[in-house]
Amino acid sequence: MASFYGFAPQSRLFLGTAQYPSPAILADAVKASGVEIVTVSLRREAGEGGAGQAFWSLIRDLGVRVLPNTAGCHGVKEAVTTAQMAREVFGTNWIKLEVIGEDDTLQPDVVGLIEAARILTNDGFEVFPYTTEDLVVGGRLLDAGCEVLMPWGAPIGSGRGLNNVYGLRSMRAHFPGIPLVVDAGIGLPSHAAQAMELGYDAILLNTAVAKAGDPVRMAQAFARAIEAGRDAFEAQPIEARDMAAPSTPVMGKAFLS
Amino acid sequence: MTLLLNGEPREVEATTLEQALAELGYAGKVVATAVNGDFVAVRHRDGVTLHDGDRVEVVAPMQGG
Repeated sequence: MASFYGFAPQSRLFLGTAQYPSPAILADAVKASGVEIVTVSLRREAGEGGAGQAFWSLIRDLGVRVLPNTAGCHGVKEAVTTAQMAREVFGTNWIKLEVIGEDDTLQPDVVGLIEAARILTNDGFEVFPYTTEDLVVGGRLLDAGCEVLMPWGAPIGSGRGLNNVYGLRSMRAHFPGIPLVVDAGIGLPSHAAQAMELGYDAILLNTAVAKAGDPVRMAQAFARAIEAGRDAFEAQPIEARDMAAPSTPVMGKAFLS
Repeated sequence: MTLLLNGEPREVEATTLEQALAELGYAGKVVATAVNGDFVAVRHRDGVTLHDGDRVEVVAPMQGG
């Protein structure tokens, strides 16, 4: 079982907590799918409001580990300050580090990401960097102290699946001992299974479950697909080939023509 | 003095961040704070003196992906 900063979950599905039809449906989706790690965020809270307090109470009652994010941060300073606030509020050194560089694709600013990752790991954080499939950037993030890499499958919320299968396969081969998580862009359980068949250790997704017609059932579907994909990887799939190879033995076939 | 609380101007009598949070209704709530872009930990709130025009950010847990 892959270990993420010393924690080895049974479930390889990490689930986001945003955009569900209701808090109850979010809670049911987490419970039904066996998810053990959920992502959370921080937003402005009014003194007379209590939305954040109620949400935090719901998450604590689920008994799962939280992975706070720095979603929406566009600069190193902003991301680092957000991470510091998240550590205090959520009581964890874990941080899903997002430094966004481009608004249409929400592509990571990998230069800022590496700098922020270095600052945060030096400050005791355990960083889960949201990155691209770039091998050099991955190496720099490891140099900065990251022990997990989270390349995107496709732009956040796009549901496109794995845009660059070759790049993700290369990344898996290039970092054989590093826990790798496909984060973002997954739309269907088959996309998640495909990533797991490549040897990825886990999948982080949100929109594909939260915005499904039946989020609870979709969460279960993803959990099963991820398990199947992992089993397939461990079972060592055959190599694809261009021409047919009869599976039924030719030897002993009756001569009838 | 006037603070910019989460981007909105608010008048307060308080002089420290700790006092301002209580005055603005945050007492007992799980929130994190930053003043002028710098994180201020809970244990340091009482020692942070606020000035007119300071930008105070107060955030709480929220759904995220």
